[in-house]
Amino acid sequence: MTTSSGSGSVSIALCGSGGAGVMTAANMLVDAAAEAGIYALFGRSSGPQIRGGEAAALLRMAPEPITSVDDTYQILLAVDWQNVNRFAAELPLNKESIIITDPTAGEVPEAISKSGARIVELPMKDLAKEIPGGRPNMIALGAVAALIDFPVGPLTEILGKSLKKKRADAYEASVAAVKKGAEAAKSLGPCRKLGKAKAGGGKRWTISGNHAAGLGAIRGGIKFCAAYPITPATETLEYLSKALPKIGGVFVQAEDELASVNMCIGASYGGEPSITATAGPGLALMTEGLGLSVASETPVVVLDVQRGGPSTGIPTKSEQSDLNIAVYGLHGDAPHLVVAPSSIGDCLFTAQWGVHLAEALQSPCIILSEQSLGQSRAIIDEPADIAFVGKRVTAQTPAEGEVFKRYAITNSGVSPMPIPGTPGCQYTADGLEHAESGTPSSQESDHSKQLDKRMRKLTTHDYGAHWANIEGEGDIAVITWGSSTGAALEGVERARADGVNAKLISLRLIYPTRPEQMAAALKGVKKVLVVEQSHLGQFNRYLRGEYDLPAKPELINRAGPLPIRPGEVHARLLSMGK
Amino acid sequence: MTAVSYTVKDFKSEVKPVWCPGCGDYAVLSSITKAFADLGLEPHNTSVVSGIGCSSRIPAYTNTYGFHSIHGRALAVGAGLKLGRPDLTVLVAGGDGDGFSIGGNHFIHACRRNVDMTYVVMDNRVYGMTKGQPSPTTEPDWDASAMAPAGGTGMTPFNPLSIALAAGANFVARGFAGDPNGTAALIADAIRHPGFSFVAVMSPCITFREEQRDWKSIVHPATYEPTTDASQAARNLTTDDGFNIGVLYRGNRKPFGKEKKASASISNLEAEFAV
Repeated sequence: MTTSSGSGSVSIALCGSGGAGVMTAANMLVDAAAEAGIYALFGRSSGPQIRGGEAAALLRMAPEPITSVDDTYQILLAVDWQNVNRFAAELPLNKESIIITDPTAGEVPEAISKSGARIVELPMKDLAKEIPGGRPNMIALGAVAALIDFPVGPLTEILGKSLKKKRADAYEASVAAVKKGAEAAKSLGPCRKLGKAKAGGGKRWTISGNHAAGLGAIRGGIKFCAAYPITPATETLEYLSKALPKIGGVFVQAEDELASVNMCIGASYGGEPSITATAGPGLALMTEGLGLSVASETPVVVLDVQRGGPSTGIPTKSEQSDLNIAVYGLHGDAPHLVVAPSSIGDCLFTAQWGVHLAEALQSPCIILSEQSLGQSRAIIDEPADIAFVGKRVTAQTPAEGEVFKRYAITNSGVSPMPIPGTPGCQYTADGLEHAESGTPSSQESDHSKQLDKRMRKLTTHDYGAHWANIEGEGDIAVITWGSSTGAALEGVERARADGVNAKLISLRLIYPTRPEQMAAALKGVKKVLVVEQSHLGQFNRYLRGEYDLPAKPELINRAGPLPIRPGEVHARLLSMGK
Repeated sequence: MTAVSYTVKDFKSEVKPVWCPGCGDYAVLSSITKAFADLGLEPHNTSVVSGIGCSSRIPAYTNTYGFHSIHGRALAVGAGLKLGRPDLTVLVAGGDGDGFSIGGNHFIHACRRNVDMTYVVMDNRVYGMTKGQPSPTTEPDWDASAMAPAGGTGMTPFNPLSIALAAGANFVARGFAGDPNGTAALIADAIRHPGFSFVAVMSPCITFREEQRDWKSIVHPATYEPTTDASQAARNLTTDDGFNIGVLYRGNRKPFGKEKKASASISNLEAEFAV
């Protein structure tokens, strides 16, 4: 992992109501960044409306890979201010920031102006009128690009790529508008500049977390998906609905989440590695099916793109608050797998790994992603081609006189699982407790043997180094997970620059626990800081309940939607390091 | 390779059913296994999927690939299996509480989705495994239950056949456990019919509904011919006496799903994201 904690990073928020085109402008800037060899992270915030309404494009660009939002935005540009109050708290500014407003947009709202940022006017609407077919968002794009010294060539190239095919006049109007915006920016005063792209970088991708998870699942061997639409997981489903048929797989929209998880279990029983994607309310409905997956040892993967909860909560905004239900939500003693990606790029790795683990261990695997990863797009280095592909231990037709036992007690805890169609291995998969043969049994000895086996296969598996991302050394450990990893890492790097050394431990394998590996990682550590986006501090409670920590941790925790910012971690580390 | 033919016995397992003596489900088990044998199916290429309840115990009593899943979810498990493995013959089985109460939504959507599989419901108008509570198909005045209000629930019974038809099922039949050969023929017909085929089998529970012993004197062959006309079938199903045995509707809707065919590699998919 690398971050953009060095100089040269610029954060920009573009606001406007539906149709103002700020998302188009932001997308073009990100595409141009990709072209220019710059890295970018592009999230969005909006109100609850289905279409239109006020929205903000939240961009960070830097010459190095980006894993976190920054503490503040250097530029906040608004084509208009309609209802911006709904997410003003998500647009932190300071005195070094610039607020660019259109004179026709009216007064800058108090929630924004109170930051003390410098307010400058840019008549985007009037300037656009001077160009036939000119649009204010392209004036904005030109102005912002010029303010941060964004290279002109790649921007023009992207305008060509995205507009020329459609309409030559739209292309020319946009080029003229971008130029006009850039000229007008000269009068807007100083601004932080974007660092220059590093030479000789490798191949890069532009991808969202939801697409990365979908592709990772396919790389891991997924052939079947049944799902019910839900925000903020829908993009994964849209992706899989197109991608799976292309590789000879199946996508089906189910009537509800109960059906989706059980369809997946059915297909998986048939030998087809299966996934469903959902968010908190859907996961709650699926817990019944996940119990069946545990008891019947039928692998299934569930991607949960977490959003604000409980209940319907805040569907469009991020939170790390499904940890408890993912780990503890199943009834009975039901050990299973829970993994979590720590960045947009890691959504691919973790989804692929999750499929591999589910298949190898004949277990449900819940992948805890987050809205802020799933629905943000980033420019990342081309992900490594990892070897993890789901591979089941299958059973073959038994020799004459031998009787096949589906739930045979084995050292590893994994029992060979036949693919239907294999003669002589017919068995009944069952949610009822069973004997080794699969025949239902309510006997204590069968129950304890099967419980032991189902736990053993998970706890004795070799998860390698992937259970956590561990960075740096120090007598303070920052333990975190998911999207908070980016902010924690950048905070750790800033603290190091100030002479406070901390070690980052970001868990990818949430469940089962890795007590020995954690003890090794915590060797020499005297203080612990836990960082998470949960009001209840679910991760902190989990760590304290399941792991031996050297001291009672300090905690940075907050409900969504406000992300943890690197500056908070930095400041806390400095105070802990005193 | 010589074709091996399998007998009814080959489709039955060694596991002894938990059912009460006199339960109609014994006969339905025989009908299902007879249908499999009569169709020349192979046990390892056949699957029986169920939910929870007395009748849902049936997969363990067959020698096919079986899945005894969760209460109400059998049709979802079965649909996933059939869509993932179109080469298998998938039969879903269960009871009236499993299929029409807790699984009611899946039942409706299974009918309209029209996946090529067969659903056999052993309807005894009572929850037997939990010792006798009213089910969706129970008569409104039945109150011989520790949980039913005096005078019965007063609720109109669910009419599974007309609901199946209205929801789009492609084949609707009614059988009776007391006529195992006739039921086997209905099930075989249902399995052969493309799309979602529904066979409601009246299967008496003489433990909690002793009066159902009388069914054998009430049932009769359908008083009308099986129709391909859904509106005619709807009239038949809503006006008949509920004891007509036979195929009642035979539709010609195209089954759900496309042939699985790869047209791209994973590298092709990856290329979409390359800068």
